Amino acid sequence: MYRITEKRSLNPTVTLMEIEAPYVAASARPGQFVILRVDDEGERIPLTVAGYDREKGTVRIIFQIVGATTSALNRKNVGDTLSDFAGPLGKPTEVEGLRKVCVVGGGVGCAIALPIAEELHRLGCEVHTVIGFRSKDLLILEKEFAAVSDRLAVMTDDGSAGRQGVVTVPLGEWLAAGENYDEIITIGPLIMMKFVVAAAKPFGVPTVVSMNPIMIDGTGMCGGCRLTVGGETKFACVDGPDFDGYLIDFDEAMSRSTMYRDFEAVRREEECNLFRGNK
Amino acid sequence: MPNMSQKKNPMPVQDPLIRARNFEEVALGYAEDTALDEAARCLNCKNMPCVSGCPVNIRIPAFIEKVREGDFEGAYKIITESSSLPAVCGRVCPQETQCEFKCVRGIKGEPVGIGRLERFVADWHNEHVSAAPERPAPNGHRVAVVGSGPSGLSCAGDLAKRGYAVTVFEALHVAGGVLMYGIPEFRLPKKIVRREIETLRGLGVDFETNVIIGKTLTVDQLFDMGFEAVFIGSGAGLPRFMGIPGEALKGVYSANEYLTRSNLMGAYREGSATPILRAKRVAVVGGGNVAMDAARTALRLGAEKVYIVYRRSMDELPARREEVEHAMEEGIDFRLLTNPVRILGYQNENDRRDPKNGFVTGIECVRMELGEPDASGRRSPVEIPDSAFTLDVDAVVMAIGTSPNPLIKSTTAGLDVNRRGGIVVEEATGLTSKPGVYAGGDAVTGAATVILAMGAGKTAAAAIHASLSNNA
Repeated sequence: MYRITEKRSLNPTVTLMEIEAPYVAASARPGQFVILRVDDEGERIPLTVAGYDREKGTVRIIFQIVGATTSALNRKNVGDTLSDFAGPLGKPTEVEGLRKVCVVGGGVGCAIALPIAEELHRLGCEVHTVIGFRSKDLLILEKEFAAVSDRLAVMTDDGSAGRQGVVTVPLGEWLAAGENYDEIITIGPLIMMKFVVAAAKPFGVPTVVSMNPIMIDGTGMCGGCRLTVGGETKFACVDGPDFDGYLIDFDEAMSRSTMYRDFEAVRREEECNLFRGNK
Repeated sequence: MPNMSQKKNPMPVQDPLIRARNFEEVALGYAEDTALDEAARCLNCKNMPCVSGCPVNIRIPAFIEKVREGDFEGAYKIITESSSLPAVCGRVCPQETQCEFKCVRGIKGEPVGIGRLERFVADWHNEHVSAAPERPAPNGHRVAVVGSGPSGLSCAGDLAKRGYAVTVFEALHVAGGVLMYGIPEFRLPKKIVRREIETLRGLGVDFETNVIIGKTLTVDQLFDMGFEAVFIGSGAGLPRFMGIPGEALKGVYSANEYLTRSNLMGAYREGSATPILRAKRVAVVGGGNVAMDAARTALRLGAEKVYIVYRRSMDELPARREEVEHAMEEGIDFRLLTNPVRILGYQNENDRRDPKNGFVTGIECVRMELGEPDASGRRSPVEIPDSAFTLDVDAVVMAIGTSPNPLIKSTTAGLDVNRRGGIVVEEATGLTSKPGVYAGGDAVTGAATVILAMGAGKTAAAAIHASLSNNA
């Protein structure tokens, strides 16, 4: 069992938790993920590691409450336990040798982008960051990004915080102004990452995307997380989750991500009713 | 007087039409009087050909003699001298190509039902004896086992019986490996697997779930933690796909994923938290035991029509005969000498948001005929020109094998693998190229059977014992 040692609401739909998992905390690196189950009947869901404290033996996760499982997770409190927490899985993000990077995060993807930005900053890399959200209410981690970024742009769809517009606006401006990045690292909704890649392409800047497809085991057994990368089948859990954004078939990945949409909708509804019933 | 009936006592089974709609066990097991009658068919041959057909060399005539005497617990003790998982093997071993293949009674008539008797003995024990096995005195040595499937459990069991402190590391949230995630409930009830694992716990074996060796901990770290030897039984790995168009459509599964969702995650149960597509028409591509399991699972998940699509003929079908017969009785439609070339999907050109977009609608196949034998001696299938046709389906399950998992290899210096990615071992001992590290099962051989994996675990346990007791 894995105890929750801290819980904090970052915004109405995004929660941060610290989980006691000494093995995972000892070996996790930015860009890797864990698979967890909330309880004995629960499904296995992948969540990217948002931080770790090797001394305390805790791992930080930040998740958006989108479905039945994340709702159930969000009902757990400090002192409660999760039945399973396995990892770290996937390959860490490659940060060695980079001198100037633009990190582009969208929504809850910013939670995963932060440890990468922090690691780059720690290694002495110049970090430019764009973070985007739907509105001010959903804005998270702005201070944390500011602390490690040499340049930071905050974007919202409705202009309620930062500038109004999508993340590719400042990215495009910076690229056009001659910022010569070694790499762009982007994490967020598939559609956003697709457009970040499209914005980077004319400038030929290598762009790494972090993929988060549906998976079961996360260890290279089920094949559910397969993606087409440069015409080849790759498995996000063992070959990724980071891939060369120029080679990803985003349309296919977006289609596959909706495989269980109907099931999710029903389960979410049931979960909400159950919760109401308990009250 | 031996019972000279030429026929085995038939195995009572659930009616095919009823069982095709439930997940209860298909075969119901012998009753006591049937077991006594079947045991009396054994001639107790001096040279015991059956034993040489068993990968773990169970003393078969000896246990059958105990059954004949009505000493079922005595029979159980004899089986467990050699096998750590009798209730499992009695159900899933391919006896027809192993012990029973060598049985003298099979020359004229049917062999003795050795597998059925093994299952009877194990079930009798599990039902009537609750005493925990005696825990051997510790010998002070520690061994790590990676993976809790058949090879790992067998290795752990044999070492624990010799007094070793064994820790089994399992990547998933439950122990049992393929016995839990792969083989369906209707062929191997999960409570039987759990019971066998409890027996090993009783022997002192420690299980640590949610630990992925190669990620959470490395093999080298296991030695740093004080383990003196490591056995790798991490199983088969990444599922293979055919590389044909349409394999990324929604509704295309690997057999691993399909079976894992249903078996391990319980997606077949109403109200399960894990989803699985409840397809009405399903094509399963492949001809092995895994393909049979996937096809029969699809039926039980509510499919009205399930095809097995296999490119060779019935003679080459690699699945156990009994599984094929059961599948046919249940109404699975075998499309042999048939090879898929493309999976078709729905695409509404006028509405990109149509929720049906991207889901499977059919599988296009061509007919095959058998040509000259290839290097493996099997006749290779050749496409018949202009023979393409489409099967209308809404799900496709690819059951065409796996390739070894890269996680351990990529984080363990000095561990050699072969061209196909399987770990290279010395056959007689299971020793790898890395000192103190042994391996066995599918991680070495690629997809094979439960009992071969158990045999490999047993071999490695003996070799580990020989090595560590010499260095004591």
